[in-house]
Amino acid sequence: MPKKKDATKIVFESEKDVPMMPMSLGSMLFNKTGSWRNIRPEIKLEECIQCGICWKFCPDMSIEIENEWPVVDYDFCKGCGICAEECPTKCIVMVEERK
Amino acid sequence: MKKVIMGNHALSYGAMLARSEVIAAYPITPQTQVVELLSEMCADGTLHAKFIKVESEHSAMAACIGASLAGARTFTATSSQGLALMHEMLHWASGGRHPVVMGNINRSMAPGWSIWTDQNDSLSQRDTGWMQFYCASNQEVLDTTIQAFKVSEALYIPSMVILDAFALSHTYEVVDVPDQAVVDRFLPKFKPYARVTPDEPHAFNGLTGPENYFELRYKLQKDMERGPALIEETGLEFERLFGRRLRLVDDYLCNDAEIILVTSGTAGYTARVAVDQMRKAGLKVGNLRMRVFRPFPFDACRRILPKAKKIAVVDRNISYGHHGMFAQEVKSALYQHAGHPPVFSFIAGLGGRDITPGTFREVVDYTKAHETPEDNILWIGVKK
Amino acid sequence: MKKPKKMTMTLPAEEYVGSGNLACQGCGANLALRYVLKALGLRTILCIPACCWAVIDGAFPHSCVSVPIFHCAFETAASSATGVKAGLEMIGDHETTVVAWAGDGGTFDIGLQALSGAAERNDNIIYVCYDNEAYMNTGIQRSSATPYGAWTTTTPVKFFKDQPKKDIDAIMAAHSIPYQATASIAFPEDLIKKMKKARDIKGTRFFHIYAPCPTGWKSRPEDAVKLARMVVQNGIFPLYEVEHGEKYTLNIKVKDKKPIDDYFKLQGRFRHLKPEHLQAIQAEVDRQWARLLKKCEQS
Repeated sequence: MPKKKDATKIVFESEKDVPMMPMSLGSMLFNKTGSWRNIRPEIKLEECIQCGICWKFCPDMSIEIENEWPVVDYDFCKGCGICAEECPTKCIVMVEERK
Repeated sequence: MKKVIMGNHALSYGAMLARSEVIAAYPITPQTQVVELLSEMCADGTLHAKFIKVESEHSAMAACIGASLAGARTFTATSSQGLALMHEMLHWASGGRHPVVMGNINRSMAPGWSIWTDQNDSLSQRDTGWMQFYCASNQEVLDTTIQAFKVSEALYIPSMVILDAFALSHTYEVVDVPDQAVVDRFLPKFKPYARVTPDEPHAFNGLTGPENYFELRYKLQKDMERGPALIEETGLEFERLFGRRLRLVDDYLCNDAEIILVTSGTAGYTARVAVDQMRKAGLKVGNLRMRVFRPFPFDACRRILPKAKKIAVVDRNISYGHHGMFAQEVKSALYQHAGHPPVFSFIAGLGGRDITPGTFREVVDYTKAHETPEDNILWIGVKK
Repeated sequence: MKKPKKMTMTLPAEEYVGSGNLACQGCGANLALRYVLKALGLRTILCIPACCWAVIDGAFPHSCVSVPIFHCAFETAASSATGVKAGLEMIGDHETTVVAWAGDGGTFDIGLQALSGAAERNDNIIYVCYDNEAYMNTGIQRSSATPYGAWTTTTPVKFFKDQPKKDIDAIMAAHSIPYQATASIAFPEDLIKKMKKARDIKGTRFFHIYAPCPTGWKSRPEDAVKLARMVVQNGIFPLYEVEHGEKYTLNIKVKDKKPIDDYFKLQGRFRHLKPEHLQAIQAEVDRQWARLLKKCEQS
């Protein structure tokens, strides 16, 4: 799975820089939604059976597959808990986010 | 080639010669002939376009905007209730910078049901960011439609080509229908600023916060301000190719006039006849027919109107709680102009009540007899 | 260390919806678009009216989606899509799939006229309604898609929604469009299979996707997929296809339909319902399920 590219928030200094039509010029990857969560998923890889279900049901595309194993992207994971709920071996645990 | 055609068909020919690509329209009296002829032209191949028989005017404008965003040249036509139904989408077309061209047959707003002419329908939309052209002959309708595409596509601002219900829409006149080849020289292919295409993905019209909205709308106004000069320039170009000049205003005998009538639509041509009659009777009157209402031709008004002693605006419309809308705008154009003459605001012809040379005689008689208007509105022809 | 094994991927790997979007935690609508775009790929244009996805996409000048989007006026999902498709064809693009992507409000209510118009003309678009059963974007007001019994901000508990959910699928079948289907975010393989099938059909295609909203349903974010599964297994939202308004095919065969109670227990919006309400609802679900099975048999 390709690594996500980073992005910066676009701020226009002058009306001359604003496109004539209101159109997007960049992605939302500058918006690190990981800051939204209170709980974070932690995957116990020893118990993971590589079924792909956590990746499949993540609404925020925040579980990536690296070398055939699921990896949480904590920059964007909103802590919804679907992955933990759907995991058939219950190897994903939601823990308090530490700050 | 000269043809005897009705005003509605002049719109159809204009849209056809402009090589419209997507037409989405809904029928409403008295616009129906516009879309019927276009439908036939699409069916028999005279016009290579898609004709979408939408289920309401709101959908008509939505479909035109969608097609324009996809990169196609679009046209539609409507009137009164239909135009009103489209109101939300009129804002959308201008704010989204889509150069849609629309024919609007000026028809009175209900209730009661009226299919006859006045200008409230189009003038109610004067704040939506559309250019507005008021035509007084079928030739002008056809010519203006072609010019409107050119100006709209240069500025990325939509325009309305407006004609009076029945007085023009259903009146047959001799019209010189230009050659397609010459029109093609005048009007190049539509070049979108940007479009929806997977080749270059963008999201259009997303959530726009206060930090960005202001600049987008500033740009719309700035481009609209380029309109008057561009309309004159393309009007001259049109004259070179077709022999007919299209201008912002049609001023007739204004230079030495003591009273200048300000008119629009077919009443503007009736006023000419009245001016000729009154001149014969020794009255020094002139007529300024406003052909373009948006963008408002400030410079033309300020150049021509202060020459007279009095201005008599004859509005075939009314902004309730205020007065006639051309009068409002003329006054506003002249306000800070040194020595501007008093402006008399007459209202006549609502709901299709006839405006005749006699109407203008009454207007001039009153204006001559009063130094300033006795009232904000001077009603002509109401059975009081 | 385990024996080296490949990750099981039952869906295409490519992502077309990006992270950093503004969806709530556990948003069903997010999953719905993620799956639909996996089926349709890059040569797709979305027409999105006012709905959650008008905001989820992100603020100008940003977007979280890799395909072009036309954010359009509320009632115009279908008419905008029709216009875009016509425009594309006139400039020579006959390949790109145009998708109207609307919520239940913009489909069942304010957008119904345009949808019916497009369906009647058999315009060549795919119309997808992701159904979270209320006007969620504006703060959980009831729509005609809100099910009987639900609390919303305009149907407070004392006057909970008293009308049944509008049967949009029957309305679309009455238009005899070439293809329509229901889908659920808990069954993405089924959704993707049907969407791929629909992509190659000409004419108006309609999808009704069940997309739970934890925020509006007062359910736990982690239950979103579970609810979308239960609703199929208890027969409230069966997954089926209809072709030309006539041929009904049940996609997820449910042998013994589960009782509805557990599904209702997980949602705060139904907390006030009494046993007699649930019984009435169960009876209605049973009736409609039987009716659907009959239609499938007769097809």
